[in-house]
This record gives sequence, structure tokens and C-alpha cells, in this order.
Amino acid sequence: MRPKYMRSPLIPEMATQEVQLNETLAHLKTESETLKSKLEEERAKLHDVELHQVAEKVEGLGQFVMKTRRTLKGHGNKVLCMDWCKDKRRIVSSSQDGKVIVWDAFTTNKEHAVTMPCTWVMACAYAPSGCAVACGGLDNKCSVYPLSLDKNENLAAKKKSVAMHTNYLSACSFTNSDMQILTSSGDGTCALWDVESGQLLQSFHGHAADVLCLDLAPSETGNTFVSGGCDKKANVWDMRSGQCIQSFETHESDINSVRYYPSGDAFASGSDDATCRLYDLRADREVAIYSKESIIFGVSSVDFSLSGRLLFGGYNDYTINVWDVLKGTRVSILFGHENRVSTLRVSPDGTAFCTGSWDHTLRVRAICSLI
Amino acid sequence: MSSKMQSSSSIAQARRTVQQLRIEANIERIKVSKASSDLMRYCGEHAKNDPLLMGVPASENPFKDKKPCTVL
Repeated sequence: MRPKYMRSPLIPEMATQEVQLNETLAHLKTESETLKSKLEEERAKLHDVELHQVAEKVEGLGQFVMKTRRTLKGHGNKVLCMDWCKDKRRIVSSSQDGKVIVWDAFTTNKEHAVTMPCTWVMACAYAPSGCAVACGGLDNKCSVYPLSLDKNENLAAKKKSVAMHTNYLSACSFTNSDMQILTSSGDGTCALWDVESGQLLQSFHGHAADVLCLDLAPSETGNTFVSGGCDKKANVWDMRSGQCIQSFETHESDINSVRYYPSGDAFASGSDDATCRLYDLRADREVAIYSKESIIFGVSSVDFSLSGRLLFGGYNDYTINVWDVLKGTRVSILFGHENRVSTLRVSPDGTAFCTGSWDHTLRVRAICSLI
Repeated sequence: MSSKMQSSSSIAQARRTVQQLRIEANIERIKVSKASSDLMRYCGEHAKNDPLLMGVPASENPFKDKKPCTVL
């Protein structure tokens, strides 16, 4: 005898209800497909030209020579993440060895070091004031450490636990102040937290798998951010309502990095499918792909130069490729790291960019000075 | 889980998807030609202030190599 709930309904009304539910489901699925087609149609109508075609009249870029100016050594294992301080000289980095280090990139001195209770610290960020850093990873948390001027003070003692996810922390970023942090997680969600109280202010649901990266829109553009995930989607979110306002699904694999174009009207993404792509938010579509047949390894991180003309991509084949954003061509390839490039950020004043690698080091590169 | 409960949660999921798609389908869009020229204009306006694009004189480069001191 089958359990009661598995037997066919004895009462005719219940049978009708089941049929009705199934019809509603089918109806919703059809509407879903219709809307998806309409979305593609509307996007296609405005696709009158390619970005690189419009950019044909723009002057080409010359040869680039960028040199490693500083090498930061000290981590005992893979460097996973880094961030610049607004003072344009300090850097925070985090590693698989569980350590978070604050460096003075001009002198290469280590100013602070924290040992986290977990290994694989996948995310770290500098507070806008320069007075604190946030980090987290396999501990599923994001913690904030105020930076003390007293070198002897134990930073771990003042640690504040802010975010709690149900899976690893993949990325974190302070918003415009030291008071709020945005996080993304392997649990498929992003969340906004109040640093002081640790309270969850807003959560963002919509990714179908791990969220790997996020970036906040430039402050002038308003309260939005973009996230990328293992579901191959890049989602743009309204921070106040928690609503996903735009979604892009053209990558063929995990999106490891997303970064806004400096005007806030577009964003770039880097993926395991070995391409970087540019999505324009007002045209609501992908407008450029940065790829070459010879590039077959995934992109771990991307960032723009100050004007948005150059896109830097750190790759799993240990190189950095520099792309002309408008023309879609590669302008330079940079070597130096002895393992995957895992993280890449341009400095706040645009004079240099820093890369972190699985080779345990960070490198700061700047263009060769003009005489 | 009863098949009725399964259907209900699938329906809730499907409703959310439809709602999300409705929002996305109805946003205002501009032509790629207009979006592209705006991106180009931004690059052009800010190019001269982009150190990685233009280079900087050695005296202003914060990351220039430290020259070794000679002891006389």
C-alpha cells in the first residue's frame, strides 16, 4: 500500500486542482519564452552597428612599454585578491596562506599583517577612509579590521565580523563610506551590510549558482552594482530595492571579474571562456568581445585605465593582455608572473596597475616614462 | 514532497522569472551607434588625463625606479 500522500486523489476536486496547477505552470513557461524572444527582438532592433566600426575613425594607439616597477614579496602562498587604498600608494592583499598584508607600494614595506582563522582568503578591500580593511573567504564571513597606527597592536583583537553567508565569500567592497559593505558569495547571493551593527540591509537573489565578483557603479551614476557568476550571467542590481534591473548572458563559462567603465554607462567582464566582453547598459547589450584564437586560458580579472580606452586583463596563462576598448584589438601583452594572474587593479590616480598571482607575489607596473 | 507542493514551488519560481523578464523587456534602450559614440567621446575627453595611456614625465612618476646613490 503506497503512503497516503502518494495515492491518486480520491476526491475529484483535488484532481482538478492538480490539473489547474500544471496548466498554470505550462502557461507561465510559455509566457516566459515569449518574453525572452521579445527581449532579444527589442535588443536586436537597436543593434545598428558594431562599436569597432564606429571607432574606425579614432586614432590608433602606439606601442606600449609597461615595466614592473615594484615587486611585493612576502605571501607564503597564492595571492588571491588585492585592492588599492585611495591614497594611491597603499595596497591590501590576501592569500591562500590565510594572511592579509597591507603594503606601502612606493617603498615595498609591509605595514600591517593579519592572520585569518581560515586559509583561502579570496576577498579583500580597502575602506574609503584608508583606516580599515575588509576580508574573508572560506570562513563564509566578511570581517573588518581597523588599521592601527601602533605597529605593535594586535589587529586581530579589534576584528569585527560583518557579513555571514552560507558559503565562501568571493568578493567584497565598501560602498561610498566605511559604513557599508557589499559582498558576493558561493551561496549564490550578494548582500549589503551595515558595518557597525553587522545587520543585513539588503540581499540580492537571482544568480543560479556561485557569484564570483562584483563592482559598484561610479558614485555619480547612482546606486547600482554589477555581479558575475558561475551561471555565466552578469546582473545589474538596484541597491535600494534589491531588484535585478538588467541581466546579460553571452559568456560561455564562469564570469570571474566585472568592472564598470569609468562613465558608468558600461561594464567589462572576464571569463573562463578566455574572453573579455563589454556590455553597454543603455543599449542593453554586449557591444564588444576581446579575444584571440591564440588566447585559450581563462581571464581572472579585468580593469580599465582612467579614460576607459584601455582594458587590462589578467589571465590564467600567467600573462596580462592590454586591449584597445574601442577598436577591439590587443595593444600589448605583458609577462613576468610565474603562475596565474589572479587579481588586477588600476591605481586610483591611474598612474599604475597592480597584479597579484599564484606565484605568491604582487607586481606594480607603470608605463615607461616619457623623457 | 507531494506533487502538489512541488508544482506550487515551481509555479512560484516560474512567476518570479516571468516578473523579472517583464521588467527587463520594458526598459528603455538606445541604439548601439549612439551608445558607441558616447563611449568614444568619453575616452576622447579623458585621454589626456590618463597616465597609462599618455605616459608621464619621469619627474612626476611616483613609481619611477629609485636611482642608486653614489657616495663621494
